[in-house]
Amino acid sequence: MEEKKDLLLSIENLNFSFDTQRGVVNAVRDLSLTIRKGETLSLVGESGCGKSVTAHSINQLNPMPPGRVDSGSIIFRGQDLLKLKKGEIEKLRGTQISMIFQEPMTALNPVFTVGSQIADVFMTHQGMSKAEAIERTIDLFKLVKIPAPERRVHSYPHQLSGGMRQRAMIAMALASPEPGLMIADEPTTALDVTIQAQILDLLNDLKKEIGMSILLITHDMGVVAEMADRVVVMYAGRKVEESDVFSIFEDPRHPYTLGLLNSLPSNPKYKGAERLEAIAGTVPDMRSIGAGCPFENRCTYATEICGKEFPGETVLDESHSVWCHNYQNVQEG
Amino acid sequence: MSGTKIIEVKDLKKYFTIKREGADDTKSILKAVDGVSLDVYEGEILGVVGESGCGKSTLGKTIMRLHDKTSGEVLYRGKDLFAKDPNAMKEMTLNMQMIFQDPYSSLNPRKKVSQIIGQPLDIHKIGTSEERLERVAELMDEVGLNPKFRTRYPHQFSGGQRQRIGIARALALNPEFIVCDEAVSALDVSVQAQILNLLLDLQKKYGFTYLFIAHDLSVVEFIATRILVMYLGRIVEIADKKELVGNHVHPYTQALFNAFPATDPRARETKKRIVMGDVPSPINPPTGCHFHPRCPYAVEKCRREYPPLKEVSPGHFAACWVVQNDTK
Repeated sequence: MEEKKDLLLSIENLNFSFDTQRGVVNAVRDLSLTIRKGETLSLVGESGCGKSVTAHSINQLNPMPPGRVDSGSIIFRGQDLLKLKKGEIEKLRGTQISMIFQEPMTALNPVFTVGSQIADVFMTHQGMSKAEAIERTIDLFKLVKIPAPERRVHSYPHQLSGGMRQRAMIAMALASPEPGLMIADEPTTALDVTIQAQILDLLNDLKKEIGMSILLITHDMGVVAEMADRVVVMYAGRKVEESDVFSIFEDPRHPYTLGLLNSLPSNPKYKGAERLEAIAGTVPDMRSIGAGCPFENRCTYATEICGKEFPGETVLDESHSVWCHNYQNVQEG
Repeated sequence: MSGTKIIEVKDLKKYFTIKREGADDTKSILKAVDGVSLDVYEGEILGVVGESGCGKSTLGKTIMRLHDKTSGEVLYRGKDLFAKDPNAMKEMTLNMQMIFQDPYSSLNPRKKVSQIIGQPLDIHKIGTSEERLERVAELMDEVGLNPKFRTRYPHQFSGGQRQRIGIARALALNPEFIVCDEAVSALDVSVQAQILNLLLDLQKKYGFTYLFIAHDLSVVEFIATRILVMYLGRIVEIADKKELVGNHVHPYTQALFNAFPATDPRARETKKRIVMGDVPSPINPPTGCHFHPRCPYAVEKCRREYPPLKEVSPGHFAACWVVQNDTK
């Protein structure tokens, strides 16, 4: 299907669970995905669907214990990340896999200037002197369009606005010698919409300029539409649909994907409408999901088999797959 | 816009004093709501939209008298809401209720659901205790909660269910005016859609009037009948939904609509870019029109004087010198 040399990262059959006081939560089940060089893959789903756990298992930021990898592998540039030692993964985090978080205020250390925090990355991983590192940080601030960069490197996080802090976080993520993968976990969720638009534009520009890949985690279908090349839709720990961005919006074949799009008040079909087609019910308790499809209890297309076994992959075309027993019946209404 | 006015807000101001502890103990004034006038008509859903710090929540809370005003007037059916008489106030609060953003912090974790929903009835001493229990069951049923869960505590419910509890509490006294302050913002999209439907169903059934405050343009665009846009404490544009969506004239409203991500990946290529920096601090807003440092059309006058809110077409008001053709 895809050429091997284009492949940057592949997750194969990942199972990740958390031991809690009230039982085992299978946060991610049998999940596989690939990210190619230079593309933006969006992992989309609602709270608790396992999208962040999946992303955090790449750079191993999940707390372990209580979390544990039950099986699977994560191959990045030919090596299995799950087999690396702690020091090796730390090195990778500073050089090839970077991350930006939802809330830049909590991701930055409040008692150090933003410039020195970013310079740390250069000093630790590339052995630069402090002066040299600050110089490079100023360059990065220019790249992410922070005004007055020479002054801003000496600012503390609280002196910057939310949008500027997120730009500083992006600059930190770019402070690697060969940017490979940027994991962006809800990068604009905490920002106002006019600031969000500017940050999304910036990320899209940087992706083109630098040729990095982005794993974008979001619950916002609007952000997906603005940024993604390909989309993986998750529900209750499972991948339910995967496709190029256009097919997800124009020809969704999983009942959950369709429900998600129908839940958006901005869906063009609701011009002048007085009701939304909401998905009934709520997400099931993650501790008590059986072998069947986790969406079965909310699905209007469900049949007897859905409660018994999770469906296998149906390949609709080379870029579009769905995991649903009744996908043939799903039509955009 | 015609009809009966439920709420009249006249030149309302709400300032907060910010104290800075330190050597100089400086005080600064945050003008959260700075001279807002508006009318809310019976049966409408007036959407209030704007970014963080624009004063939309403070406006809602001051209308509910959860904040004291700095100056100006709020009238409920012609009666002064800030009247000193506590009995008159109590009578008015029977008819006005509020639904909050965060279903986690707006419900007392130590109280059972039946106590939370029944509390307004207790406070206003309505009915016997049996009647109150019956009313609680009825309210739970109304908002889509199973009444048999009434002895549970808030933490035993999901976010969407908790928001339903908050709505049931707001309905308990049969109000006619409800302020929804970011009532669906904390919810996942699929749950958000359920709650929006519930709010609309209830409005149709009981003829409620909503002041619907939200930062999410798509939600306001869907639910509201009239939309008001705020920026740094002031109204910049207000019009009927159809007019505002189709023909927004204020540069800030235009930027807001432009910035909102379309749910169409094919629209990416043709999308206009906005380069306009950050929202300034409401503590020291820019002189003249607060929006001028970010505005692509700003002229000399915009830096000097704040534009008044003027009618640009019937029922459509905007506060912008350029739109009003008055730039001298």
